[in-house]
Amino acid sequence: MSFHPNDVQQRARVASALVFAGFVLLLGAFFRTQVLQNARYVLASEENRLREIPLPAPRGIIYDRNGKVIAENLPGYSISLLARNEDSLRTTMRRIGELVAVSPEQVGSAVRRYRRDRTRPTVLFGDAPFALVSILEERRVDYPGLIIQSAPKRHYPDGPAVSAIVGYTGEINELELEQEPFADYKAGQQVGKDGIERQYESRLRGREGVRFVEVDARGRVVRENAREDLLPEAPAPLYTNIDLDLQRFVAEIFGDSLIGGVVAMEPRSGEVLALFSAPTFDPNRFIGSIPRSYWDELQQDERRPLYNKAIKGTYPPGSIWKLATAISAMENGLVDIDDRMATPCTGGYQYGNRYFRCWDKKGHGDVTLAEAIEHSCDVYFYQLGLKIGLQRMIAGGIRLGARERSGIDLPSEVRSLYPTDPPKKYYDERFGSQGWSNAVTLNLSIGQGENSQTVVNMARFYTALATDGQAARPEIVRGQAERRRLFTLTDVQLKGIQDALTNVVGRGTAAGSRLQGIAVAGKTGTAQNAQDAVADHAWFVGYAPAGEPKIVVAVMLEFGLHGSRAARIATKIMEFHLKQRVVAMPEVDGE
Amino acid sequence: MRTQRIPSDWPLPVLAFLLTMFGIAMVYSAGQTDVPSFVEGIWRTQLVWFLLGATVAYGISRTSVRLLEWGSVWVYLGACGMLLLLLFFGTGAGTAASTKSWLAIGGVRLGQPSELAKIAVVLMLARVLSAQRVAPTSLFGLWRPAAITLVPWVLIMAQPDLGTGIVFLGIFFAMLFWSGVSWPLLLMAASPAISLILAFGPGVWGAWFFLLLALLWWVRPAWLETSVLIGANIAMGVVAPLLWDQLNPYQQRRLLVFLDPSIDPRASGYHVIQSQVAIGSGGLFGKGFTDGSQKRLAFLPEQYTDFIFPVVGEELGFLGVTLALGLFCVLLLRTVRIASRSSTPFASLVAFGLTAAWFTHIVVNVGMTVGLMPITGIPLPFFSYGGSFMLSCWIAVGILVLVSSEGRGKADALVI
Repeated sequence: MSFHPNDVQQRARVASALVFAGFVLLLGAFFRTQVLQNARYVLASEENRLREIPLPAPRGIIYDRNGKVIAENLPGYSISLLARNEDSLRTTMRRIGELVAVSPEQVGSAVRRYRRDRTRPTVLFGDAPFALVSILEERRVDYPGLIIQSAPKRHYPDGPAVSAIVGYTGEINELELEQEPFADYKAGQQVGKDGIERQYESRLRGREGVRFVEVDARGRVVRENAREDLLPEAPAPLYTNIDLDLQRFVAEIFGDSLIGGVVAMEPRSGEVLALFSAPTFDPNRFIGSIPRSYWDELQQDERRPLYNKAIKGTYPPGSIWKLATAISAMENGLVDIDDRMATPCTGGYQYGNRYFRCWDKKGHGDVTLAEAIEHSCDVYFYQLGLKIGLQRMIAGGIRLGARERSGIDLPSEVRSLYPTDPPKKYYDERFGSQGWSNAVTLNLSIGQGENSQTVVNMARFYTALATDGQAARPEIVRGQAERRRLFTLTDVQLKGIQDALTNVVGRGTAAGSRLQGIAVAGKTGTAQNAQDAVADHAWFVGYAPAGEPKIVVAVMLEFGLHGSRAARIATKIMEFHLKQRVVAMPEVDGE
Repeated sequence: MRTQRIPSDWPLPVLAFLLTMFGIAMVYSAGQTDVPSFVEGIWRTQLVWFLLGATVAYGISRTSVRLLEWGSVWVYLGACGMLLLLLFFGTGAGTAASTKSWLAIGGVRLGQPSELAKIAVVLMLARVLSAQRVAPTSLFGLWRPAAITLVPWVLIMAQPDLGTGIVFLGIFFAMLFWSGVSWPLLLMAASPAISLILAFGPGVWGAWFFLLLALLWWVRPAWLETSVLIGANIAMGVVAPLLWDQLNPYQQRRLLVFLDPSIDPRASGYHVIQSQVAIGSGGLFGKGFTDGSQKRLAFLPEQYTDFIFPVVGEELGFLGVTLALGLFCVLLLRTVRIASRSSTPFASLVAFGLTAAWFTHIVVNVGMTVGLMPITGIPLPFFSYGGSFMLSCWIAVGILVLVSSEGRGKADALVI
């Protein structure tokens, strides 16, 4: 034991140095944390403290061509929760479940939203019924972290009538959240799911606002307005070419019984005046969340209400395709409007060992091309088809857009189906080199066989017939009109075809659909239905007035039996549109 | 002639008083949260404990070092007895609810005997070490002080209370050093513990083991000592990690919780992060007294006990931290000075032992809040809320004033 003063002094110096060094080390650590890394920790403490409560933004209003509202926003309420953890979220849902009915799906989706973004308030009820809002508002103290706020709710005043165009909105799903276009979307937000709501999502989406609140470590809101709010912003409204009155009229005609699709367009600009698919559904019931029962009902309906028959359904075009055959023949210089075929129609045509029927057993006799169009004589077109030959016919069809999408500004338009060029390769691959014969040419010439077209693509094709051979791309939202030349005929040739089309309605297959004071041109089609040998699909595509076309209408009725039924609907649509216009602008349409 | 004299070492109680006032102010601030809790009023309780502590300290300062030396055995035995009783009758409290560190009679918690045990061990070690004519030169010669420390240490680790256990180690080694035990011997005594800490990096441990061998070759202790030492180091550095790896994660967790139940290992990461966020966001000048958002909004855990220093950091900034650490530093330098100037080896060892206890507390606690040290539940002297702890701190102040007053070249401080 050495306690000699010198030794003690020595140890005291060592000890003091150690103490001093210890404090310098501590102070250095604090200097690093508090001064050098200050910014980082200030940010972390703000993140701890502040919660951003999103203020949902209204979506852009959608107008028709006359400023009538197609889609708007109604005041609604959303209920969200700043949850501390998943358990507290479930507990809150259970407690709310004691007040009102809460389905396991609602709990499940709330938990999914929470897992996706834990710092953001979790949306419990995107579209809360007012009763629930008032109950919870009364018991607010019992639910710390609960946020009840107004959230604009999408509404379509003409719901079922416009569903084929606008589509609907819904909560963004897991799949979409993974995708690049939705990179800045958050779970629980609303997004366009179909129709122009989806097509123009970027233009319709509002900018979400933010309210800042201060929360404690348990997620309880201790101070509102911790920082100035960023207000939500609505985007500019979206103006469409739709004529809402016409759209309603179309919906009315179809009523509950007919199944099919309709497209009405302005032939030169491509403006879509109406687009309808029957049976329809009410998009308003999709907002917030789709009631299970309604969803099942739509899914189980074999008429497939959710399947847009104007842009997604493809159907054999039947006789409306005869115009494509006629144009191909004329472009190849094989026929004139007054030319006759070698064999007159006696109700059928013998080709090799097969007999091809005309739709009219009585036969049409010896007809010109114009008359063949008028009465839709199959025998004439069989021979015309053979004259063109398979190769040229397929090439011609493809040039006319038979394998294209119309390019309408709607999501998930289906491409029409048609053989590829060269046809030999196509048919060999499809049926084997021994599995087919030149007889396919006969079928193709009358729009049967390997040909399946969408309603909207046929409407587009007929915009070219109605005008000068240039087809207009269908457009729902006003944009740059785009026309593309499908075929080149001389004025005489075109006039001949147009006159023949006018006679179809004047005295031909659609004579029953004549309109008082308006000359209508068009073509009926009755397409054999693969699913049902008896109930054929009925087509009519045409335009009016014949001399100066203002509207092209394509109508397809599933199981419609005969094209003349479709023609009646189409001409009524034309009449509504043109007479309405006459009333609005009497000086333009004098005749 | 009757003259009233002030204590000759007035800076010591003044420093302790300033730190206590600073601490109580921080305890008050710790209670200022947006969602009020019981913490709101505890600063008053803390004030009462301070007054009690100061009174006791004054009483002690008027006794004599000889009395202290005489009483040290009894204090030590009493403290060990109480620790033993705790194992059967102790209760937990607060964050360490599963431990048995509290002495309670009839459901009323009286205090934590482990606080008293620290002072008792200091006194007892001082007595034993000062009685030895020559400082121990071999490991086996350290058996007496080792045994004195080990008995209460084992009892405390059985509570279990890792933090206080660490303080005992600090006291033990510091007092051996002060008693003149040579550096190599100290290093050898500490080597198994160092091996255990370094075991997590095999390369580092290898280097350390090589150094130890070099040291042994240089010192050349008895062969038995050498083999025991090498064996202990290998056990701690190689075998312990292997055994540890054999455990399932949940078993490892259980063991960690067992060693230090004041922290839940799953949440300990959260504690450190929030503590550093509080300190770091304070910046140079802080967010203002009582205005720390981390504390206000309860992101900072244990803001009135183990994590009270982050409140200083958050609200008073780097300047406040510098002030607090500066006061502590001056206090400790002062007590080292007292130790170096005391009249007897016993008094000197007591003063140095108390210094070591405080130093360990401060470095481990403050280091933990800023992420330099692992999290162990250990309070900060004069700051952390706690009755027994405040009392024991002021008892220590009293003893130090007493030692100082009997120091060499000084007149008796409190002669009336």
